Amino acid sequence: MSYRTIFNIQLSTFNFQYWILGICFLLALETATPQILDALSDIGAEIGKQTGALTPEQAGSIKKAGSAIGKTFESITPEQEYYIGRTVGAVIINKYRAYDNEAANHYLNLLGQSLAQFSDRPETFGGYHFLLMDSNEINAFSAPGGLIFISRGMLSCCKNEDALAAVLAHEIGHVEHQHGLQAIKKSRLNSAFTILATESAKQFGGQDLKDLTTAFEGSINDITATMMNSGYARSCEKEADKSAVEIMKRSGYDPNGLTAMLMEMKKRLKPDGLDFAKTHPSPDSRIADITQWIGPYQQVTMPINRQVRFERDAGKN
Amino acid sequence: MKIKKPLSGLISVICLIAVSAWAADGSKTMSVQVKTTPLRDTPSFVGKAGATLSYGDRVEVMNTQGPWAKVNVPGGLTGWVHTSALSSKRIVLKSGQETAQTKASGDELALAGKGFNSDVEGEFKKQHQNINFSWIDKMEKMRVSSGEMQVFLKEGSVVPKEGGAR
Repeated sequence: MSYRTIFNIQLSTFNFQYWILGICFLLALETATPQILDALSDIGAEIGKQTGALTPEQAGSIKKAGSAIGKTFESITPEQEYYIGRTVGAVIINKYRAYDNEAANHYLNLLGQSLAQFSDRPETFGGYHFLLMDSNEINAFSAPGGLIFISRGMLSCCKNEDALAAVLAHEIGHVEHQHGLQAIKKSRLNSAFTILATESAKQFGGQDLKDLTTAFEGSINDITATMMNSGYARSCEKEADKSAVEIMKRSGYDPNGLTAMLMEMKKRLKPDGLDFAKTHPSPDSRIADITQWIGPYQQVTMPINRQVRFERDAGKN
Repeated sequence: MKIKKPLSGLISVICLIAVSAWAADGSKTMSVQVKTTPLRDTPSFVGKAGATLSYGDRVEVMNTQGPWAKVNVPGGLTGWVHTSALSSKRIVLKSGQETAQTKASGDELALAGKGFNSDVEGEFKKQHQNINFSWIDKMEKMRVSSGEMQVFLKEGSVVPKEGGAR
């Protein structure tokens, strides 16, 4: 058999359409988004139905399950993140009383909302908002979407505005990376997205609303339990610290403020405390990471006007 | 070589998906995915804010500069919007606005108010009457304007890195 004959056979075997199919399939996988996975599950179900391999009911169930497959926390829209965040925030502020000091909360929002501009995610559905909690625990929480809570105990770890900026920037980092949403269990998301996939444009009501609320409630529990009890993964805390350093550099605050705050926190944390001692890596290990990024600690020097307003407005007294 | 009919159909559909996914990535039309965002005259938060864009508004992206997009808004307005406020999905505000059956879980279309929404929050509140949302509502009213932020940073001698604001 001549080379030409072999070549022709190969050409006819490798039909042009197969090449197109292969290239397109790779393209489809490369850009595989939940929408594409939806479509592929639809195709599979349709073929199964047409060839008689599946009953219409079985095909329907494959389509339904396929729509939920591949959906992660990233499929949660900013609007849904906003509603999750509101309820997570409500749970937090019902456990920790709000510090009802208008001037101090205004100062906190001036600082926090200014810092948020310098993050990689300055815009969220409802924006960033900050509130002091009237608690001596050393704690801070960020609800998805940008509701951020700082305890007065945490405030007392801050000797200056740059240290407080570091606390707020760390919490903004959690919002930026959507660490709260990542705490939602996959099974919870699957059930929510399956309900959403079966119902299209129509309004939810009755049992659907109840089922969706159950998935919602479970999601809130997943997030608040992680925040308040187990803490985020070490890698998430590192990511939030890294964002904090970046936000501080961009905004003009001294990133050494983060180290200064952690040094003060180390003095104040009780080893068996239910606050940051329980949910965060030790200040020493965080300082070690930060040192890698910004070099050895250098004392923070503060313009007098910045220090005066911090002492006056932050609500420490 | 003859390809069986169902396989040929499958090839066409997969090609269509691949090509449309590729085309969607290159698309220049985007939607506002936050409640509101201002149209600024420069690609910076310091930029003077003009018209306010609202959730679901469609904008035509002309070009980008870092994380900022220069957009055209129907009606002839032009300005800059931060890309974190934009989505490549088409956001449909009310079910009545889209006559076809919408697949809101898809990547190309998002049905506003679908999923975890105010109805779900309402149902949650009914079941948990001990959880009070009043401080959350108060927090959302704690808004600081761009002008106030500039004054705050200046008064504290905080000097942002050039081009620092994202």
